[in-house]
Amino acid sequence: MPPRAVYFIRRLGQMILVLWAIATILFLIFRLMPGNPLVAFIDPTFTAEQAEAISRQFGLDQPLPVQYGLYLKNIVTGNFGTSFFQKEPVLGILLEVFPNTILLTGISLTAAYVFGVIAGSVLAWRRGGKLEGAGIVFALMTRSAPEFFVGMLALAFFSFNLGWFPSSGVASPGTIYDSVFQQLTSADFWRHLALPALTLAIYLQGLPLLLMRSNMLEVLDEDFVTMARMTGLPEWRVMLSHAARNALLPIVTALTLGIGYAIGGNVIVETVFSWPGLGRVLVRAVQSHDYPLAQGAFFLIAVVIVGLNFMADIIYSVLDPRVSTARQEVA
Amino acid sequence: MLDAASARSELTIEPVVPVGRRQAIATSLGGTVGILRRDRFALVGVVIYILFIFMAIFGPALAPHDPQMVMEDDGIWLTNQPPSAQFPLGTTNVGRDILSQLIHGARPALMVGLSAAFMVAVVGTVVGLISGYFGGRTDAILMRLTDIGFGIPFLPFVIVLVAFLGPSIWNIVLAMGILLWCDTARIIRSQVLTVRERAFVQAAKISGASDWRTIFLYIAPNILSLSFLYGTLAIGWAILTEASVSFLGFGDPAVVSWGFMLQDAYVSQALARGAYYWFVPPGICIMLAVMAGFFIGRGYEELLFPRLRER
Repeated sequence: MPPRAVYFIRRLGQMILVLWAIATILFLIFRLMPGNPLVAFIDPTFTAEQAEAISRQFGLDQPLPVQYGLYLKNIVTGNFGTSFFQKEPVLGILLEVFPNTILLTGISLTAAYVFGVIAGSVLAWRRGGKLEGAGIVFALMTRSAPEFFVGMLALAFFSFNLGWFPSSGVASPGTIYDSVFQQLTSADFWRHLALPALTLAIYLQGLPLLLMRSNMLEVLDEDFVTMARMTGLPEWRVMLSHAARNALLPIVTALTLGIGYAIGGNVIVETVFSWPGLGRVLVRAVQSHDYPLAQGAFFLIAVVIVGLNFMADIIYSVLDPRVSTARQEVA
Repeated sequence: MLDAASARSELTIEPVVPVGRRQAIATSLGGTVGILRRDRFALVGVVIYILFIFMAIFGPALAPHDPQMVMEDDGIWLTNQPPSAQFPLGTTNVGRDILSQLIHGARPALMVGLSAAFMVAVVGTVVGLISGYFGGRTDAILMRLTDIGFGIPFLPFVIVLVAFLGPSIWNIVLAMGILLWCDTARIIRSQVLTVRERAFVQAAKISGASDWRTIFLYIAPNILSLSFLYGTLAIGWAILTEASVSFLGFGDPAVVSWGFMLQDAYVSQALARGAYYWFVPPGICIMLAVMAGFFIGRGYEELLFPRLRER
């Protein structure tokens, strides 16, 4: 088998292992809760038939190992039970808000990485100058600022003081989009998205910025850059097509970290701006002891993180073939 | 990919680790003084910490009022007071003195930061040492554990665990400790892999030192500064996480922390009223505390990786 295929399969196996472990940890957390395990799945307000149906579905009257088997089977088939409060299947509730989280995260992450890479390169280029000092302090400050604090400042100033943006939600009341395309091209959507995306992007841009800067500085010392300079290429071409291109690779690595931060960060940003996404669903479910919903939301967030990490790894191995071959030698 | 990243850093940046045990420990500790002399960022960080430690110790004595007490004047509640001589930062919507709350907030922040950092540094270092030294199956199992740790969404995990274990500061610290050691363990491990091959370690093994003796007396002192670095960074993360958890409403209800103040302001419509005097100060305190950790961490990094210094 070609090394890349071996790497792919190994990495896939690792992903499944991690997801299984997370599912198991969740099973334990939600079963170790004080009180009757039935409490986790059957709300007192359920009718007797509902309670019995759920009890059978999750094997709540069976011994723990059987419950565990059923639990894994249910997760694989996407059956997370019924929400206590909305009395609807958990999966349906989650899938309904899922696009909101993906849109918010995707757009902020893209903006943050584009800005971070450009700003980081500029800082490296102007090394030793006043701009560099100010830039680093700015990056460290934004990395230290709690997102909810940045979000609150943005809300108080741009939304309440100036009235430029709405203070909550994903769309004005009563808005229904026929398609994602229509949503993405509607001004109302972007007005709602602006502040949460800005807050999340401010939080996320520090990592690529600092990383790009130090990568650039490292690359600028290398022989091939000196060579390029000696051939008389203009400085901007040296920076762009020789230095920046090579400094960019580790940024892909950082992207996996960025995804993790972004998803974790979503929990906060979505709560501050009442953005109906996975993170906010999780927070509210935990607050209101809606266990099936909390469990489902947690697992879906983990799937997103682990899945995106997997994708980033595969892309990385295509960009830099040394990864898959090196792994083979070690193995 | 993380393997690729750590492999890369092993190749390119070789930290200066002194050989002798006493010397190694002395560098870790004495280096701190050196950093402060050279690095203005680190100095600022230390000054901020000293200030906060002062606030944490003497807070109750310094605070002009009881942070939970409702201020009254002739039986009239002094609610939503803007800053004045009597209340330098104003009062909350139920008439509590904001400055006093701010001062009291330093103690939980530092308690959470230091205890979580200690846990992270100790667990991460021990796992990294064992994983790197023994290699083989032990290493494989421990590293798969860190894979799982990286896959678990951090903040959601802390929230769920705290919600189940009960809202207390120590449960927040515990939840953070369970996940945060992964980074440290990986870095320490990759460092141990290189230290393990050094002549003095080989010599210790040949002269009959047991595995544990070799690990803790010969290898550990040489990676101690790296543990310090990750410990310092963890202080900031821990303070930030505690604030986030409190903001989301899962914090310790008996404790006035900066995160709690921000949550209080948020749910009490302070934003719509433009009561900046209420929510800006605690936000800035959190920022300063986290930033101080980063600044000191940066200084350590330069001590460990001198190549960075010229940049």
